[in-house]
Amino acid sequence: MKGTDVTEQARVSIKNLSAWFGEHQVLFDINASIRDKWVTAIIGPSGCGKSTFIRCLNRMHETVPGARMKGRVLLDDEDIYKSSVDPVSIRRRIGMVFQKPNPFPTMSIFDNVVAGLRLSGQARRVNLNEIVERCLKQAALWSQVKDRLKEPGAGLSGGQQQRLCIARALAVEPEVLLMDEPCSALDPAATQRIEDLIFELKKNYAIVIVTHNMQQASRISEHTGFFLNGELVEFGETSQIFTTPGDKRTEDYITGRFG
Amino acid sequence: MMDQAKGQSRARKIKARLFYLACLSAIIISLGALAVLLTDMFIRGFGSLSLSFLTSFPSRFPAKAGIKSAIFGTIWMMSLTALFCIPIGISTAIFLEEYTGNSRLAAFIKINISNLAGVPSIVYGFLGLAVFVRALSFNRSVLSGSLTLALLVMPIVIVSSQEAIRVVPRALREASYALGGTRWQTIRRVVLPSSFPGIVTGVILALSRAIGETAPLIMIGALTFIAFVPDGPFSEFTALPIQIFNWVPRPQAGFHQVAAAGVLVLLGIIFFMNGIASIIRNRFERH
Repeated sequence: MKGTDVTEQARVSIKNLSAWFGEHQVLFDINASIRDKWVTAIIGPSGCGKSTFIRCLNRMHETVPGARMKGRVLLDDEDIYKSSVDPVSIRRRIGMVFQKPNPFPTMSIFDNVVAGLRLSGQARRVNLNEIVERCLKQAALWSQVKDRLKEPGAGLSGGQQQRLCIARALAVEPEVLLMDEPCSALDPAATQRIEDLIFELKKNYAIVIVTHNMQQASRISEHTGFFLNGELVEFGETSQIFTTPGDKRTEDYITGRFG
Repeated sequence: MMDQAKGQSRARKIKARLFYLACLSAIIISLGALAVLLTDMFIRGFGSLSLSFLTSFPSRFPAKAGIKSAIFGTIWMMSLTALFCIPIGISTAIFLEEYTGNSRLAAFIKINISNLAGVPSIVYGFLGLAVFVRALSFNRSVLSGSLTLALLVMPIVIVSSQEAIRVVPRALREASYALGGTRWQTIRRVVLPSSFPGIVTGVILALSRAIGETAPLIMIGALTFIAFVPDGPFSEFTALPIQIFNWVPRPQAGFHQVAAAGVLVLLGIIFFMNGIASIIRNRFERH
């Protein structure tokens, strides 16, 4: 693994992380660092533990019945799995965007954006209109929806729904943004827009993105981690992983020999 | 070869046709029976339907007999039944679906609640008589009747609410958790609004069942000749199905007519309730 500066500027440090579903172990002793204001791409074939890995970073893994983990995840040197830490507060600081756009079907566009604030009862203390406008602008959706904020969020196109979900995640002002294959359900044009968006967002956030698309990983990320069968085979700077991978398996995967 | 294929496709078409006809006759039989029943009631009872029928108390004379006390009794009883069974039923469903997980005990409880939905209503009548009327000394009051009916229809509310809650996609719960929602906030803001149409349907079905129940009310001793409107939960009462039950076996033809008129009123109320349920459902499902 390359670069001592990586750990120095790490926003999130993952130390000896293993994870299970019931008796089935899906992650084996993962060590990695997520750097602030960088995009970290997670690649690997289906079922290799990519999603489980990022779901361990905001304590979503444990919401699945039978799921458990071992190891440490440090957010700014604080272990998020310490018993005194409330998982709810961690999920506020580490936002997440899912593979399939999942706006709340019973809520309008406006209500979707502020759903996180309403959930926590913060909505009364702040100017919601301002927040909705800011987050929708950040998510590059404002111009398309500003005249129909009261309409249901489910009426938008798939790409718009995904940007609405990103706006919703941004509204709670997280410090880290996790994205689990955010473009896999979208067409190329919508994918392009999300990628542009990620480029803007990384100025302010540490971003971790799971992707099946290797071109996408090489386009948008500074760091790349390659997972295979629950192991982190290789983790380092994207340019190096894609040009001179240190491991034969990484090379085989990115040149399309399997997966 | 060709002939064989042709023959097969012909046989398939005939089978499809037969199945279609079987389904059609099934629906004709069931709707036909309903139509005969409704027409019969309408012919017999329509003549007795009038404002004075609705606003008079029962009488020894069919021409003077009315259902005022029965209507008020039914309204009282349905309001109290709803008050008891809706919050308890929905809370139980939430608890079973959201908090218990897949333990053996939970599975055992779930199966038994479904079984309770199939217990004959007369059994609930016994329970009501023993517990509410005697043990708790609520006597033959509206309260005893409502509590008994609430117990009777509670499984319907629980099971249909459980089903409505279960179909809320996991992705929506995850979205809420990922935004920093607690379990309760997720239930309150995401799960319940999404399952609301299904829950309302279950509640209305349950209340429609309760409104027509006669046997348990007879068991707990609801009276059939009441010439006053209930003035509180502890008042004695009668209800529409009991009033009808009281009129039907009488020898005078006039009472058969007013019984039919009572049935029409009862059906009217049930249709009205179901109508409200579908309006609510359509409103919320449009999202």
